[in-house]
Amino acid sequence: MSTKLDAKIPGGSLQEKWTKFRSTVPLVNPANKRNIEIIVVGTGLAGASAAASLAEMGYKVKAFCFQDSPRRAHSIAAQGGVNAAKNYQNDGDSVYRLFYDTIKGGDYRAREANVHRLAEVSGNIIDQCVAQGVPFAREYGGLLSNRSFGGTQVQRTFYAAGQTGQQLLLGAYSALQRQVGLGNVEMFTRHEMMDVVMIDGKARGIIARDLISGKLERHFGHAVLLGTGGYGNVFYLSTNAMGSNVTAAWKAHKKGAFFGNPCYTQIHPTCIPVSGDHQSKLTLMSESLRNDGRIWVPKKKNDNRPAVQIPEDERDYYLERRYPAFGNLVPRDIASRAAKERCDEGYGVGASKKAVYLDFAAAILRYGRGEATKKGMHNATTEELQTMGKEVVKEKYGNLFDMYKQITGEDPYELPMRIYPAVHYTMGGLWVDYNLMTTVPGLYAMGEANFSDHGANRLGASALMQGLADGYFVIPYTIGAYLSSDIRTKAIPTDAPEFVAAEKAVQDTLDKLMSIKGTKSVDYFHKKLGLIMWDKCGMARNEKGLKEAIAEIQEIKRQFWSDVRIPGDADEFNPELEKATRVADFIELGELMCIDALNRNESCGGHFREEYQTEEGEALRDDENYAYVAAWEYKGDSQFELHKEELVYENIKIAQRSYK
Amino acid sequence: MEGNMNLSLKVWRQKNANSEGNFQQYDVKGISEDMSFLEMFDVLNERLINEGETPVAFDHDCREGICGMCSMYINGEPHGPNKGVTTCQLHMRSFKSGDTITVEPWRAKAFPIVKDLAVNRSAFDRIMAAGGYVSVNTGNAQDANSLPIPKDNADDAFAAAACIGCGACVAACKNASAMLFTSAKISQLSLLPQGQAERTIRAENMVAQMDIEGFGACTNTGACEAECPKGISLENIARMNREYYGAVLSSK
Repeated sequence: MSTKLDAKIPGGSLQEKWTKFRSTVPLVNPANKRNIEIIVVGTGLAGASAAASLAEMGYKVKAFCFQDSPRRAHSIAAQGGVNAAKNYQNDGDSVYRLFYDTIKGGDYRAREANVHRLAEVSGNIIDQCVAQGVPFAREYGGLLSNRSFGGTQVQRTFYAAGQTGQQLLLGAYSALQRQVGLGNVEMFTRHEMMDVVMIDGKARGIIARDLISGKLERHFGHAVLLGTGGYGNVFYLSTNAMGSNVTAAWKAHKKGAFFGNPCYTQIHPTCIPVSGDHQSKLTLMSESLRNDGRIWVPKKKNDNRPAVQIPEDERDYYLERRYPAFGNLVPRDIASRAAKERCDEGYGVGASKKAVYLDFAAAILRYGRGEATKKGMHNATTEELQTMGKEVVKEKYGNLFDMYKQITGEDPYELPMRIYPAVHYTMGGLWVDYNLMTTVPGLYAMGEANFSDHGANRLGASALMQGLADGYFVIPYTIGAYLSSDIRTKAIPTDAPEFVAAEKAVQDTLDKLMSIKGTKSVDYFHKKLGLIMWDKCGMARNEKGLKEAIAEIQEIKRQFWSDVRIPGDADEFNPELEKATRVADFIELGELMCIDALNRNESCGGHFREEYQTEEGEALRDDENYAYVAAWEYKGDSQFELHKEELVYENIKIAQRSYK
Repeated sequence: MEGNMNLSLKVWRQKNANSEGNFQQYDVKGISEDMSFLEMFDVLNERLINEGETPVAFDHDCREGICGMCSMYINGEPHGPNKGVTTCQLHMRSFKSGDTITVEPWRAKAFPIVKDLAVNRSAFDRIMAAGGYVSVNTGNAQDANSLPIPKDNADDAFAAAACIGCGACVAACKNASAMLFTSAKISQLSLLPQGQAERTIRAENMVAQMDIEGFGACTNTGACEAECPKGISLENIARMNREYYGAVLSSK
């Protein structure tokens, strides 16, 4: 274990750690809370729930988002659902089973204590959201409905059609706006965090840019909380929103926060394929579709017949064939690699041959038969069954089918969807201890912005769970451990020299960017970076490619800083300047991702090194040498030092992951 | 060049909230019908940058029809010609080569222009802050299944809650009324048992805030429902009126 990394995991048995910690963590009394200011950056599930909860407790909160409203944060786009160990289906679920599934799904690269805590609070999340008026799907008896997600054999996923993230975020946003209305949260929209302000070794505030006026602002906080999401947009094309970025986390990294497992990226198996060079982003088709959709390719290579003309016995349902125990619901990393393997071998479909089918024909008939039975129709024709079945599918997934049709121009009720893997989520992020504090005192990271709970691969419907767990039920307790010793600190005036210096450094960077006046747009560099990352640090990686990528990224960095063209001025609403500051950070992060991927001489979860695989092409871990979190310290331009947090498994027997 | 569509765009350009705006014409060539409307704007902006011009500012983020940030008024309709589709999900196959397309920002007193096609919709956040919530602090909740909710009510609440807060309803309305937006939230919460305790005060406060923000009155033309990309129903307005008048009559 590195001397610099202390995960601060409480003692005691796994089942008792959190309960004991909660009951013994130091508190801040109500009178003192009123004098303590907390900055929350990002208003997605983690940020909004944290800001609302901390304000309810009595802290003075300032919340920031770059969008025009906190309700736009990209958590809103999460489709499928949120996991919780409620065992409402009486199918054998428990806190332990959710904990176990998450550790196994993460390919034994997550921290046991954090994951167990996540499973413990998962039920509270559903309770809290229902109390807020989140309209989850219900059965006719009025009770909550569940469905299955990948990597599990129970039904523990709560959902609201294909818009679960939207409904959960609007719940958290409501709670946040309530605190805004009460004057307990001051909300700053269209503001981007440009840097962390450090005073005496602690995070004491931020420099933010008002994106409309372009003015830089200084904001003090006793603590700074980042809920700023993941960094999938380093690949240019991903399912992230256009504005999703790593800037807040990266600036924190450069101020001393270690970056954990940057190479762990989740490539989601079911996304709408790229249609051309104009593509600006990719769209997910929820994993929940794999409850009912069957994935297949033709058994014959380069089969150009339309899907409906390929008879049943000439179709290869390759997930069902390779993984009979989990079938179409294997974890995402496995499903993605299997799709890539089929396409690389020449079995892909569609014009680009970079797609596989996700087919609902069987499910439509099955649901149709169910409806016919309910209605007592014993001799229903196939056509009648299909009509009734389509209605059921529409209720479950209607918005996703509409979206597919809108984007591709094809009707998925009639033809199978064509899908292909795409970058979706990043398990890596700022290294945090059990309290969610980074290696910088007073600086916290929550939700996708931290590295903590998903190991090398996240299971479906667990991102919403983690974001809300961190914001509603973890940070409100753990922050007391730090703030209880900070009650004597008065608000530091923002004309302190550290604030002045931090603002000047940001101003200098902006001035430099604006003064380049080169020949290439920001997108030109971003697309170039994305292509390198996808080809060499994407679904499959190898030593040679990663070394090439590092050199190529350094060259992009050089070109960017000498040839980027940013139109307009810095003192106005300037989306190109916003993109430029973000892409500058993505370039630096991209290099670190490749360094991390090169260092990890094993395959685990979403990190697949071609040199390390079993004969059947599955990921081959090396637990002897790599059962650690790689936490990277920034040491200057392109210089990073590795620190290791050994992962100790006391409650789970570490094993080769099998879904067969 | 990826496609063979050539279009003529008339785009509203305005430097900031305080300056005058006007239409500028741009011809774009080689557009593919698989592009989204915003990707067509990406092509235009890339060209403007290369020519040393200022690109067109517009709001957008998720580009999958759920964040509610995109907001273009296209050929006289918010989000363009297709029903149930946001600007970001509108694809160029809905147009023909040779078309002239007019693109404006949302026009409403309560939505001041930020720049070009981007407007300030924080009035919606303030309406939400006035009462668009259930007052339940974190940690106060009972078991989620302790309160069964009839499926029909849950489904109706969900349909109202599907609003993305884009403001198309305001842009579509000749009075720039925010009744559809506000009523969707009031409906959602009044349909659920969790929302009962505050239903009176919620309706009063949210309606009052709507007026303070300068949104207009509702004259029942139904343009908001017709243009709403998420199919939010006019029934919500009727429900809100019942809530509001019930609240006013019963208030002390």
